[in-house]
Amino acid sequence: MSRLLPFIGFMLLAALFGFGIWWNTQHDPNAIPTPLLDKPAPAFNLPKLYEPTQTVSKADLLGKPYLLNVFASWCIECGVEHPVLQAEGPTLGVQLVGYNYKDAPADAKRWLAEHGSPYAVVIADEPGQTAIDFGVYGAPESFLIDARGVIRYKHIGPLTPEVVAKELKPAIAALRKETP
Amino acid sequence: MTPELGQLALILALLLALAQGVLPLIGAWRGNRALMAVARPAAAGQAVFVAIAFGILVWAFLRFDFSVQYVADNSNLELPWYYRIAAVWGAHEGSLLLWIMILNVWTVALAAFSQKLPEVFASRVLAVMGLVAVGFLAFIIFTSNPFGRLLPMPGDGADLNPVLQDPGMTFHPPMLYMGYVGFSVAFAFSIAALLGGELEQAWVRWARPWTNVAWAFLTCGIVAGSWWAYAELGWGGWWFWDPVENASFMPWLVGLALIHAQAITEKRGSLRAWTILLSIFAFSLSLLGTFLVRSGVLTSVHAFASDPRRGVFILAFLTIIVGGSLLLYALRAPKVAAGKPFNLLSRETAMLIGNLMFAVAAAMVLLGTLFPLIGDALHMGRISVGPPYFGFLFPLLMLPVVLLLPFGPFLRWGKGDAGMLKSMLLRVTIAALACAIVAAFFVDGHMKAIVGVAAAVWIGVGVLLYAYKRWREVPRGRRYPAEMAGMLLAHFGVAVFVVGVLLSESLSVTSDVRMAPGQTQHIGSYDFRFDGAHRTTGPNWRADQGVVTVTRDGKDIAVMHPQKRTYPRGQVQTESAVDAGITRDLYVALGEPMDAGNIAGAWSLRLYYKPFVRWIWAGGLLMMLGGFVCAADKRFRLKRTVTRAEPAIETRLQETRA
Repeated sequence: MSRLLPFIGFMLLAALFGFGIWWNTQHDPNAIPTPLLDKPAPAFNLPKLYEPTQTVSKADLLGKPYLLNVFASWCIECGVEHPVLQAEGPTLGVQLVGYNYKDAPADAKRWLAEHGSPYAVVIADEPGQTAIDFGVYGAPESFLIDARGVIRYKHIGPLTPEVVAKELKPAIAALRKETP
Repeated sequence: MTPELGQLALILALLLALAQGVLPLIGAWRGNRALMAVARPAAAGQAVFVAIAFGILVWAFLRFDFSVQYVADNSNLELPWYYRIAAVWGAHEGSLLLWIMILNVWTVALAAFSQKLPEVFASRVLAVMGLVAVGFLAFIIFTSNPFGRLLPMPGDGADLNPVLQDPGMTFHPPMLYMGYVGFSVAFAFSIAALLGGELEQAWVRWARPWTNVAWAFLTCGIVAGSWWAYAELGWGGWWFWDPVENASFMPWLVGLALIHAQAITEKRGSLRAWTILLSIFAFSLSLLGTFLVRSGVLTSVHAFASDPRRGVFILAFLTIIVGGSLLLYALRAPKVAAGKPFNLLSRETAMLIGNLMFAVAAAMVLLGTLFPLIGDALHMGRISVGPPYFGFLFPLLMLPVVLLLPFGPFLRWGKGDAGMLKSMLLRVTIAALACAIVAAFFVDGHMKAIVGVAAAVWIGVGVLLYAYKRWREVPRGRRYPAEMAGMLLAHFGVAVFVVGVLLSESLSVTSDVRMAPGQTQHIGSYDFRFDGAHRTTGPNWRADQGVVTVTRDGKDIAVMHPQKRTYPRGQVQTESAVDAGITRDLYVALGEPMDAGNIAGAWSLRLYYKPFVRWIWAGGLLMMLGGFVCAADKRFRLKRTVTRAEPAIETRLQETRA
């Protein structure tokens, strides 16, 4: 019997691993809970990409919900996400605000000229300071911010058609219900 | 077209591995010599096709074939050629290809050197190696094809993870895998012995150098990994109890136990079952290491691949190989206590205590590593136990080992001599105490440092005393055979390692400071002067480079250039500057500029003074050297066929078997 112990021990371990794999399929490891969810978005005041002398602040954007999309010309995943934003952007029913992250303005403009801009307005955060307040891990990331300036939904990584349909659109629909 | 040939080569290798894994087993069972003879040519053929596949992937990297997804994901036009070769094993698919490639190196070596083993036994051993290869080749072909195409072909690739762009990375994984995979030889021996129902001492003798070499490679890989983390990750530490480090440390610990258990079994014939079990465990933990890193069950810095499909495949493979072996062990392990008896006071007892401690330590590390997972399973949430747990328990478990180490060689097999032990105990105690008292004056009463010196002297003097005893008592030419020399080297390495760890842990000085150009910071007995930062460029990066001049009593010691590199895709990587020395390292890492727009201004810097930190790796390298030297002993070479020889030691292990 004692000779079976190593075998039994290993089988228990294997069961634990099986559980681990199952758990990971149920839970998105990228879903890092943001402490900012359902909290007011941090205050910001950033220059517009195309008119650097003008700035956009959090207060300027209050009143209507908007999707803040963090992107950069150096980010490959953003290139994956871009066509999705181009196609789905107009159907979302909220304003798209581009947040150009740690990027040289010239590069960002060239990139947008090449791929087209789905954004109503693009703000530039070249030093990346404000992004720290938002807890940005990297580009791309998207924040859905409601009319009162509260972060209601956050997605890390590129928005895919699936994420847009299953997560983003329901989140926007929920916003509409509250503020008809 | 060429990448498809690579895939084809892998498929052919898989078919040959199947032939190598199945036919010789049937042959050995049925006594069919033709089937047994398949093992060697199949192994050679498999190795050729795997080498072709590996070569094709290297070639694709060298000529920037971005139509191959794996190449496009892990290299770009600016990456220098040496990192393009290292990029072959920089991510999941390629590192598996390296794994199987190394398995084939071991198999071919085994096939070449096993000519003198009994045919039935050798073909079983090679068949087990073949079955392991089947699992890995199938894993590559079905879930992780490195030759998958990317269409349309991009103009340029992404980048090799900048963390991996370091000379250490070019040989850390191959060394580690040489060790991991090397344990497959001892494993195959044990399985073959269990299948045949007998374990001859002569075979264990023949298996010993293979285990020693594998363990030495693993040691080398771990030392390189530790050095890499120290120099490249900018954390300033040398060991982090990170799940992936633990994954390589567990087979190391069990391998260490196995080396000693094999010595007992070979010389005295006892502990056969334990030796078999340890060799199964050592290889299982190597597989587990691969599983933990690759399945995404635990997430850590290193776990760059996670895909549930892959996880399920490895788990199934692990269950078949490990579960199957342990079941086989349960059914057929030697039931009779064989070998020569031993007293309580004997070398066997000392080695057994060491064995037990290594095994318990490995179990402790396994438990700690899997703790987040266990937490999930019990609905307690993902809890990591981390360094406090390991840092407390591991030294505690190693304490008896350190205390016993000097005495092991002095004790005789079977029955030790108490009188000799007492005089020996007296000498090492006096030496350790004397050195501890002297050390106390130099380390301002740091208890840990004093203990470190005492422990190192305790071990070191013990090893030297034994070397001296051999010198005095044994005639010239037979004093230090390779096996003995290797043992002395490795044990001395432990002393060097212990003093390195305890001195650097207790006497290190760290300082996080904000420094404007021209400012000076005093650390240890050194003055670090920050001379500002400027821009610089490399083959595929831009960097802000700080200049730090270190002086001591007005004399210039070093000019250091810590960097903060930005790679083409925007990844930022710290490149710390290290001024190495025998008694201390000076280490500077560049933080952030105080004003993001002005890099010529003040910066945050992290400065370290790390005494004796290099001794940690020196100790590890001595242990590695010991393993290699030991394996070179002539005694281990197979001189003649051992089929019907030595009937006295040949024991039927399976008394109850029909």
